[in-house]
Amino acid sequence: MPLIVGMSILLGCQFLGELTSRALSLPIPGPVLGMVILLAALLIRGGVPAGLRSMGEGLLKYLTLLFVPAGVGLIEHFDLISREFWTLIITLVVSSAITLLVTSQTLKALTRRRRDDEASR
Amino acid sequence: MSGLGDVWVYLSASPLLHLLATLLAFLIASRINRLAGGNPVFHPVIIAIALLIGFLTLTQTDYPTYFEGAQFLHFLLGPATVALAIPLYDHRERVRRMLLPIAIGTLVGVTTAIVSAVGIALTLGAGRETALTLAPKSVTSPIAMGIAEKIGGIPSLAAGLVLLTGVIGCIIGPWIFRWTRITDPTIRGYTLGLSAHGFGTAHAFANYGAVAGAFSGLAMGLSGLVTAFVLPPIVHLLGI
Repeated sequence: MPLIVGMSILLGCQFLGELTSRALSLPIPGPVLGMVILLAALLIRGGVPAGLRSMGEGLLKYLTLLFVPAGVGLIEHFDLISREFWTLIITLVVSSAITLLVTSQTLKALTRRRRDDEASR
Repeated sequence: MSGLGDVWVYLSASPLLHLLATLLAFLIASRINRLAGGNPVFHPVIIAIALLIGFLTLTQTDYPTYFEGAQFLHFLLGPATVALAIPLYDHRERVRRMLLPIAIGTLVGVTTAIVSAVGIALTLGAGRETALTLAPKSVTSPIAMGIAEKIGGIPSLAAGLVLLTGVIGCIIGPWIFRWTRITDPTIRGYTLGLSAHGFGTAHAFANYGAVAGAFSGLAMGLSGLVTAFVLPPIVHLLGI
């Protein structure tokens, strides 16, 4: 039974998320709003029910498997991919490099300043 | 022989075959990945997708027929996205302690990922649809697909590009960390989770330890959330 409770909580939050997204015609996916709703509920409740934890962690453990069906969908876009192959590859590589560089340097600068603050106090 | 043909006609039309094929492809791919020493180039997801695309091409099956069976797995992405709230909740104390660096770092990183992807793609002459599909490339696929659908990109292509981004991030991330002397495991983990979502998180867990992995998972959840909120207005500002 606990797993059924866990799955019901997850699907219930997703349902509320979809409902909110559609009702307010927000550009945010329903499951993301569902995640916010669940997070708020957990913070208010002050703990994760056992059934929810085992169901949720089970799903997250096999998250990579769940990507496969959508990834196979690349087969439908062979035309676009072969037409824009280099655009796609260069964009992905260069944009990833810039993102990695900017994010790590920002965090480094911010945490260093924090440590300096704490040291001078 | 016609009996066997009949069986194939029956099986190939039933959802059972392609659901089973997806699970088997993933098992084989995981085995291959282990043999390759966990090298990110041979990521199980990428190998599984390649195997399945080969299988569908050989059996001349179209994607909608395949998806009929695979949709049962695909459906679970929704509740799995909701479940990301659990690790976020578990790390609430850590988030509270590092609130400012995390908040600023996430906003800066997410904005950089979106603007650089769209900017580079448009500079290289990509079409509007392609650029919009590339915009959410750094966030975990269920969120990226949802965003692509909402802003007029191609959800299934977005899913594939997200997976490639994950692999690319795991290959060049460690190289960038060495080159810029980033040694703090929390920074390494957070950066990988933000730019290479679940692939980065798995890489951080395996190579930089549990704390890096936890921070990486946190980054994946938070950046997905933040991207869902800031991407539509950013794309609107960029005027595409």
